[in-house]
Amino acid sequence: MIGFLLRRLGWTVLILIGVSVLVFLLMQLVPGDPVRTMLGMAATGERVEEVRHQLGLDRSLPIQYLDYVAGVLHGELGQSLVLSQPVSSILFPKLLNTVILSAGSLLICLLVGIPLGVLAGARQYSLFDRGSMFLSLAGASVPVYWAALVIVSIFALQLGWFPTSGMYDTRNPGGLADVLHHLVLPAAAAAVVPTAVIARMARGTMVEALQGDHVRMLRASGVPERSVIWRHALRGIMPPVVNIVGLQVGYLLGGIIFVEVVFNWPGLGGQLYTSITAGDMPLIQSGVLFIALVFVLVNLITDVSVALLDPRTRKAA
Amino acid sequence: MSSEIITSSGPATSPARVAGWQRRSQWGLAMRALRRDKVAVAALVVLVAVTLVAVLAPWISPYDPLVGDPRARLLPPGTPGHLLGLDGQGRDILSRLMWGGRYSLTVAVVPVVCAALLALVIGMASGYRGGRRGEAVMRVLDVVFAFPIVLFAIALAAVLGAGLVNTMVAVGITLVPYMSRVVYTSTVQESAKEYVEAARAAGATDLEILRKQLLPNVLSPLVVYGTTLAGLVIVLAAGLSFLGVGITPPAPDWGVMTADGRQVLLEGYAHVATVPGLVILVVALAFNLLGDGIRDALDPHKQTS
Amino acid sequence: MMQEPLLAVEGLRTHFSTEHGIVKAVDGVDFTIERGGILGMVGESGSGKSVTGLSILRLLESRNATIAGGRVLFDGEDLLTKSAKEMREIRGRRISMVFQNAMTALDPFFRVGDQLVELIRLHQRVDRRTARAKALEALELVRIPEPGRRLSSYPHQLSGGQRQRVIIALALACGPDLLIADEPTTALDATVQKQIIDLLLEVNRELGTAILMITHDFGVVAHTCRTVAVMYAGRIVEAGDVRRVLETPEHPYTLGLMRAVPRVKSGGRRRSDRLHQISGSPPVRMADAEGCAFAPRCPEAVQRCSTAEPPRIGFDAGHSVLCHQRLPITEAGRVSA
Repeated sequence: MIGFLLRRLGWTVLILIGVSVLVFLLMQLVPGDPVRTMLGMAATGERVEEVRHQLGLDRSLPIQYLDYVAGVLHGELGQSLVLSQPVSSILFPKLLNTVILSAGSLLICLLVGIPLGVLAGARQYSLFDRGSMFLSLAGASVPVYWAALVIVSIFALQLGWFPTSGMYDTRNPGGLADVLHHLVLPAAAAAVVPTAVIARMARGTMVEALQGDHVRMLRASGVPERSVIWRHALRGIMPPVVNIVGLQVGYLLGGIIFVEVVFNWPGLGGQLYTSITAGDMPLIQSGVLFIALVFVLVNLITDVSVALLDPRTRKAA
Repeated sequence: MSSEIITSSGPATSPARVAGWQRRSQWGLAMRALRRDKVAVAALVVLVAVTLVAVLAPWISPYDPLVGDPRARLLPPGTPGHLLGLDGQGRDILSRLMWGGRYSLTVAVVPVVCAALLALVIGMASGYRGGRRGEAVMRVLDVVFAFPIVLFAIALAAVLGAGLVNTMVAVGITLVPYMSRVVYTSTVQESAKEYVEAARAAGATDLEILRKQLLPNVLSPLVVYGTTLAGLVIVLAAGLSFLGVGITPPAPDWGVMTADGRQVLLEGYAHVATVPGLVILVVALAFNLLGDGIRDALDPHKQTS
Repeated sequence: MMQEPLLAVEGLRTHFSTEHGIVKAVDGVDFTIERGGILGMVGESGSGKSVTGLSILRLLESRNATIAGGRVLFDGEDLLTKSAKEMREIRGRRISMVFQNAMTALDPFFRVGDQLVELIRLHQRVDRRTARAKALEALELVRIPEPGRRLSSYPHQLSGGQRQRVIIALALACGPDLLIADEPTTALDATVQKQIIDLLLEVNRELGTAILMITHDFGVVAHTCRTVAVMYAGRIVEAGDVRRVLETPEHPYTLGLMRAVPRVKSGGRRRSDRLHQISGSPPVRMADAEGCAFAPRCPEAVQRCSTAEPPRIGFDAGHSVLCHQRLPITEAGRVSA
């Protein structure tokens, strides 16, 4: 187990280096001269060279990359071109908001997707199984921005149960209840696709698990079906299900960008959208980096949880 | 979706002598199995119909997709003469959807096909006698998988800038690692099988083995994956347009239309956004169902005669 | 006055519906097991012997399997008329079942002790501590080394033989009257096989637990059972005292099996003592099949074998056989009067 953890951590470090290289290179793809863009057409060639030197952009790419990584490690992410504020002070509060929205959404995925899949798998080929699996097939194809708009239209505009946008009430902000009230719709919108995929996967693993020899043994020992399914079989499918959930967090984080735009949720995705519209490259760069870091961390947690969930790998050296 | 498809295995293999014959009959069997699959056939019909409508849009669309009547804006679906209603600028939504297919389908299907071709080269080159070098290539691709796929596409599109070609490039680059991994995995699996060994013993060159033995067997999982991926990509590409980093207005791309509809949604006119979104959903679902159908059809265990 | 048998199966029929039609997996099976008795049930895979065992506990009721007829009298009560809840109370408490896959029949995610405690508390109103003590007793009963430590082991930490002992401990934990052992040694090494068989014999002797021993291994039958039933295509084609059946088999199928096994000494078991060395494919009996199911493979078959149902012919000492060619009229002299 210790060996596994060390190997997994080492791999994570390598991936993080890869991610930082990729994000750095991505910015090199930007057409045009960033300094020129920053200073405007009126700036003299001399001034451009001066700023280029100040920013270290006249050095070789590897050196620039090392500069960049050193900055990131010190929490220095550069200056926003548009907001003239440090990128870090803009993004860190938004990171927290995105994590809140993701967590809420993930909770819905787990609370709906897993029971749905388990029930469908336990009643293979029943009407419930067929119905829920058709729904989840359709759900997996839903464009998240469409889901967000439909949800706003129904639950905010027509029924008026929840606010259309934002994270706090504008007149009377604050409090957990206020945030939760604002959280429901965006979290649900972002959860649609991952929930559907998780339900399908959970069903498949459940069907397989219920054909296991130990399940037959439990049934032959008089263990009630309820306990066979929810205690034994569910425990058995946890490692693969957690694995799928971890992968689905990737789709969740991608979808949240759209959801934050539609709901004006003050998170990384909404910020990314604003920055893209404004052409604020330093903010885009760090926004992408932040979301990727969250996903890398989630993958690490997923892999370790899967290993811990299985006594066969847990005890192994 | 991708994780689900990556695990799908290639078709059963055969000794070299009968490989060619079995392959043909395998695709033949698959075609027959596919034709019996009502859901897959329905999905195919939907896709063909949507494509035909998009191709024929200049001749069959009732109105100009770009010119609207400002006095008749936001009329609801069912208005006489305007089956699906009018948008915020008084443009006929049905006509825009018909024309929009030209953008939305192109921007999804072309990158999938191009990425598949590129993936065949990368995946087979690393998978067939690639050894550690091939593995290293796959490790590098793992870095891309550390990004949520949607985020990666958005970042690329944002950097490259909006526009038809840029969007296709952004989407295509995003897909290459995913498809390469599928090709790599099946190439490694197939290379280990005895018919490849037999062909080599019979004096076939590497290129011949790659082309005649491996390519057909690697192709089927890629076709399954690509079809299902197209479902994801149609949603993704329209999403880029929705965010303003894909097709640019006033082009009637379905994502652009959904974004337009968002502006008037709060005024209570939901149809402008929801109708194009529904079309994206239906086309994506059709790709997914067709992908499932092809997968089942290629699975020898499910081809009951 | 004869004592009522512990288990009396009468005319049991279990059908599977497949896409090719209805398969009669068990097609009118009769047998009895006395209290403390051991009945061996032998046959090839697909002969219906496992399905018979599962049918007794009604573990087959699913979409495509139905118990189509007969009675399963356990302690005089028909199990086929019991409710699902009543059946759950019988399973594991009065009748237990042990399956062949020792490697996978335990839940890999729960400790051995927890699995035993769960089962004990399911059937007996005892607190956790008492259940734990009983769990330890059960492990001691099956002669597991270091039973106290084994309670907190996970299944993967045990050897195959130890796992099968734990499975038997689970089966015996609530003191059942009947143990259905479905190929309990198949997945194990030869030496471990003998240990497990000896353990079952010991349990039978000391606790008086009756055993239905389902196996394809004549050696196991010869070593453990007093009576044997030979199954073929869902029917018992020959039954009787073990020694009588093994030494002078009457049914052509049993004869063929005896010939296929080089030499069966009582107590001698080898993994190669399998039954499928007879030529021809194992039988699947469809609903519309006529005549004797063994006819296509039978060296003695005549025309009526494939058209008419074979009769059951009784010999001495409860020995009976299901065959046309053993009619006393045509085969005079074979029946010992």
